[in-house]
Amino acid sequence: MANKSKSKGRANNEINASSMADIAFLLLIFFLVTTTIVEDKGITVKLPPWSEEEPDITQLKTRNVYSVLVNAQNQLLVRNQPMSIRDLRKNAVEFISNPYGREDYAEKPTKAIIMLKNDRGTNYKTYLEVYNELKGAYNDLWNEASMKKYGVPYDEDKLPLAYRKAIKAEIPMVLSEAEPTAFGEEK
Amino acid sequence: MSKFAKKRGKADPNISTASLPDIIFMLLFFFMVVTKMRDSELKLTIITPFASELTKLEEKSLVATIYVGRPIEKYRPIYGTKPQIQLNDKFAKVGQEEADIRYFMESFRTKVPESRRPQITTSLRVDGNVTMGIVADVKTALRKSGQLKVNYSAKRRPDATL
Repeated sequence: MANKSKSKGRANNEINASSMADIAFLLLIFFLVTTTIVEDKGITVKLPPWSEEEPDITQLKTRNVYSVLVNAQNQLLVRNQPMSIRDLRKNAVEFISNPYGREDYAEKPTKAIIMLKNDRGTNYKTYLEVYNELKGAYNDLWNEASMKKYGVPYDEDKLPLAYRKAIKAEIPMVLSEAEPTAFGEEK
Repeated sequence: MSKFAKKRGKADPNISTASLPDIIFMLLFFFMVVTKMRDSELKLTIITPFASELTKLEEKSLVATIYVGRPIEKYRPIYGTKPQIQLNDKFAKVGQEEADIRYFMESFRTKVPESRRPQITTSLRVDGNVTMGIVADVKTALRKSGQLKVNYSAKRRPDATL
């Protein structure tokens, strides 16, 4: 009896935790391998709701319409003038804000409308670049307006919603996309 | 002199590893939280184009991804090199892409609580080298299914300052 109780007292009553680290390592490596840290970033777009009828654009004044055509050879035609993508942003900013009050540019930013049309054979890369420049033009304008009004740069996350709304009411982004024409479709 | 020798002999030379599991668990939890399970195998080669005016997609559970690109080499004997649309782990059937996309969006919507459904974004991961035709078809299908919030996936241009 005495012998038994002695052995009980001697027994190490802690669980051996040295393998815990190995188990945790195993799990860690499993998660490292099976998971991906992909930061999904991109250009956010709001598509127009679907309707069977083509929108009527005949009542728009030509001076307010900024038409951008991208053909199947990835060339740009802006208001019937060929243009390179590099000049697009500056030109669009000038068109929308019309700082010198030109007769053929938008009456005021609220009336400006951008019309984007492409062929089915247009490269997606080119299309996105053009879209990026047009969005960039508006971002530049919003930034400018925000700096002037509130003294802070325009930022989707940091600027209060009311401020953003005020700026967007002043310079709304109106970008209409026409159905692509069927040129240059891949067979 | 003998005092020192005695002390040295008694000291435990092992570093305590008792806190090691805790450290590893901390790392483990970090990775479990920040990462997302790869839910489908990508069967297309997709190199997204560069852009500068980017928005981050915040909540992964509200993002449905549609892939468009050319099949990887393994699938070329079956599908050829024409651009394909991948939904989850299948290609959309040629000729009924629209129905497939609508079904895909509909089944994604049912997984999201009703109050959050308007915040669902569709991320279009499209290869830079496909033509707009297939992208336009996807866009039309999305518009018809009432999914209007779309994000064109792109990488930050290396020279961009913002």
